[in-house]
Amino acid sequence: MNKNLFSLAFATFLATVPATAAMAAETDTLRIGTEGAYPPFNYMTADGKLGGFDLEIGRALCKEMQTKCSFVAQDWDGIIPALKAGKYDVIIASMFITEKRKKQVSFTDAYQKSAMTFVTPKDSNLTDFSPAAMAGKTIGAQGSTTQADYISALYPDSDVRMYPTQDAVNLDLVSGRLDAQVGDLIPMLEWTQKSDDGACCQLAGELITDPRFVGDGVGMAVRKEDDALRQKLNKALTAIVADGTYKAINDKFFTINILTLQ
Amino acid sequence: MFDLLIEYAPRLLSGAVMTLKLTFISVLIAAMLALPLALVRRSGSRYLQGPVRLYISFFRGTPLLAQLFLVYYGSGQFRPELTELGLWWFFRDPFYCAILTFSLNSAAYQTEILRGGLQAVSRQEVEAGMAIGMSKGLLYRKIILPHAYRIAFPALGNEIILMLKGSAIASVITLLDLMGHTRRVFSQTFDMSVYVWAALIYLLVTTLFVLVWRRMEHRMTRHFRAPVTPSAPLTSVIKESTRVS
Repeated sequence: MNKNLFSLAFATFLATVPATAAMAAETDTLRIGTEGAYPPFNYMTADGKLGGFDLEIGRALCKEMQTKCSFVAQDWDGIIPALKAGKYDVIIASMFITEKRKKQVSFTDAYQKSAMTFVTPKDSNLTDFSPAAMAGKTIGAQGSTTQADYISALYPDSDVRMYPTQDAVNLDLVSGRLDAQVGDLIPMLEWTQKSDDGACCQLAGELITDPRFVGDGVGMAVRKEDDALRQKLNKALTAIVADGTYKAINDKFFTINILTLQ
Repeated sequence: MFDLLIEYAPRLLSGAVMTLKLTFISVLIAAMLALPLALVRRSGSRYLQGPVRLYISFFRGTPLLAQLFLVYYGSGQFRPELTELGLWWFFRDPFYCAILTFSLNSAAYQTEILRGGLQAVSRQEVEAGMAIGMSKGLLYRKIILPHAYRIAFPALGNEIILMLKGSAIASVITLLDLMGHTRRVFSQTFDMSVYVWAALIYLLVTTLFVLVWRRMEHRMTRHFRAPVTPSAPLTSVIKESTRVS
């Protein structure tokens, strides 16, 4: 019954899905979905092309697997639904492996590790980030992310605000609409240390490594039925880590090794 | 699909309340702005017309989403200046930013709708009013404005419905309206059916609004409908017609 009503409402939408998925199987191009708004992992360059750590890892993996690759930019909100709808075959977009997401998709082994962190303006006097101390304070995060889940779940007495992109959260932390934000460690490090507007702000408090939210690190997501692809990606990932390709890409972007966080 | 609704209904409903607040506050403020602006558009001096036209073409010619971004994130860039002017408390709040943007946007549309209404008022009625010595104020109050609003009424209803749905973009500046809550629930459940429920709530609100608006319109146009002549009682008319056939 439930399913019938749902299919009825989306009859036309769903009708297109098998066709798209079938088309994907015919071509030997691996279509990679990414966000394109999450520097330095994935972003749009000035001339409108996708670039970043995720993209280079994706290219290296394709080279290792000897397949052609194409990249698709997709808003974060719809990145899992679009994978399931067959718009692309794998998500390489710095996505944390979480229990909730595992119900929707399968993940490869982690290709990076990360933690989350609070970020505050430098003139802020916040030092205690316990839910009690943050009651009534305004905390921002990008919506549909692990950090959004984290503050929604643990800070019910704070004014929690969700933004469509990480850039928008950053803008509002700069403008002073937010008392603090929660973001991913690496992008927050990059933003506060390397960008002009990020100079306003600093990492604060202890790193958030709560396994309920950060899970088993960051993985690539494929449709549940594509287990062969998942295994191929895992094999290729092991290979590029072993032959130093991974390290070369890592060092282009980061000062620490983000697979080991050392 | 239904268990999802039961679990998340309170959130969707609180979102719907926010949507209604955003829409109706904005539309009311816009209505107050639209009357003087429409009067200027119709008969104001050339020097007043220019700025009003510029305002209208800006707000009608650019996307509401862009306007909202401009007001919200744009004002964030001028925090020191706005603090100095004592206005930052206003722009700091996403709700006020949304009300400001939506009001200005809707006022632009309502002004043009009302101008059309003013222009369509029958010339003869205005002349009749002048002939019996009505002052300009009385003429507007008793003849021109009642007619203009009646003529503009369906189009104004249309504009309010568009605003109601347009308010769905408020979630990009973190407001938890119906769409904002829907997106949040979706991101937690990955259940597409929450969008179906949200659409149904929008549809329900719009339908209720249309019914009320139609009622009001019906009442406003009652003078167009021929009065029932009470000469022959209805029952006898029915009896006669049955007899004939």
